[in-house]
Amino acid sequence: MGVKVIIPTPLRVYAGKRDSTEVKAATVGEALGRLTTEFGDLRKHLFTEEGKLRSFVNVYVNDEDIRYLAKENTPTKDGDTISIVPSIAGGSSLVRRCCSRPHA
Amino acid sequence: MATKVQPMTGAPAANATTLSNEEILRYSRHLIMPEVGMEGQLKLKNSKVLLIGTGGLGAPLGLYLAAAGVGRLGLVDFDVVDLTNLQRQVTFGSSDVGKPKTEAARERLSSLNPDIQIDTFETKLTSDNALELFKDFDIIVDGTDNFPTRYLVNDACILLGKPNVYGSIFRFEGQVTVFGMPEGPCYRCLYPEPPPPGLVPSCAEGGVLGVLPGIVGSLQAMETIKLILGRGDSLAGRLLLFDALAMKFRELKLRKNPNCPMCGEHRTINKLIDYYEFCGVRGEEAPDSNVQVPEITPRELKSRLDRGDDLFILDVREPHEFQICNLNGNLIPLGELPRRVHELDSSREIVAHCRSGKRSAEAVDFLRKAGFRKILNLKGGILAWSDEVDPSVPKY
Repeated sequence: MGVKVIIPTPLRVYAGKRDSTEVKAATVGEALGRLTTEFGDLRKHLFTEEGKLRSFVNVYVNDEDIRYLAKENTPTKDGDTISIVPSIAGGSSLVRRCCSRPHA
Repeated sequence: MATKVQPMTGAPAANATTLSNEEILRYSRHLIMPEVGMEGQLKLKNSKVLLIGTGGLGAPLGLYLAAAGVGRLGLVDFDVVDLTNLQRQVTFGSSDVGKPKTEAARERLSSLNPDIQIDTFETKLTSDNALELFKDFDIIVDGTDNFPTRYLVNDACILLGKPNVYGSIFRFEGQVTVFGMPEGPCYRCLYPEPPPPGLVPSCAEGGVLGVLPGIVGSLQAMETIKLILGRGDSLAGRLLLFDALAMKFRELKLRKNPNCPMCGEHRTINKLIDYYEFCGVRGEEAPDSNVQVPEITPRELKSRLDRGDDLFILDVREPHEFQICNLNGNLIPLGELPRRVHELDSSREIVAHCRSGKRSAEAVDFLRKAGFRKILNLKGGILAWSDEVDPSVPKY
């Protein structure tokens, strides 16, 4: 048993359509490193070009935000759950907003 | 029975202290619950809630808050009901197509509950009107669908000290919480910055299962009513995540960021800003014009095909979209293009298309950089083809 990483709906398309995966990792940084090694397309969605976690992606170990723990050095142990929680804006007409023609 | 009711926030209104006999009957299932009772029902009657957006989330919100007897409901939306809304925006019926959403919602909600006041604001929420619109309401409920408006709603609520009942959805997943409570976090504590436009999911990944906004909007309605009644534990400080596919609810701790520029100890944002600029978009449709590539109009394409020109039609949509309708093209989804580029013959003339012309513009841009010279983007995609050439091709 390792650390479970829950992949949110918007990012599943970059993670082989998986909703979660399990990795062996002693810290959050290590776990995300393993994850983006396995699914290369995820990298640019989680990290900036300088390798920093993007500010619109929050990461939790169990129910706690890593920004209030030790950030990417937050230790993880077998049985922990890491959640990646990106901001989503949808409310009513997401499809239309993102790619339809301007409406009257 | 004279129950004293304090408005939650804002200017005191002319407070109702009694219910009519008809109202007593209408709300009897509330009145016989000790958690609501006469006192709670009068709080509802004296409450003023502003709904930002009357779409997917706004539908259950409007219906349940009106039914519950929230005395004054404000509705802000600038949109018009269209056929694609009806799959989830259950306030509207087929006969509402073409009507302003605020008007259609007002008719539906007043027929549901004629005893409440419904104020409609058929306008886009902007930095210029937000504070003025919000100031007369106790609670703001965010049911919008874009990042600039989410930050605008948050900032206006913090500036005015009003709770913001937040819900958002994406495909099968929802997030719900309450921002803007005195000791609680705000949206900027959770997400200091919006995603850059290029990383927002494109329409290939968009869509929403119609029931999802029904569930998330209902959760927002429940939180709103709890705030009005002053009952239970609000979601302030907790982010509720709902995954409808897994049918799982999870909860994460939401902390107030002491360095938050909006609600932290040293506020650096003291007025509303330009949220489109903040979110990196000039306007809602701005991302469409990012890539400039050679184009062909649907009519030109039609006449060239009729002439018998040798054109390779490249459809870069997803397989499930191809099933909805197609132009007899060759399907290579945009995401697969880099590794399937060898399937294309660069000596032939290629016309790439998608639904609206945006993804295919990216494809054309990519292929030109890969050395393809004879490649054009179908301007306006299938939507324009349907409008200008063949109306039998369905739009979606």
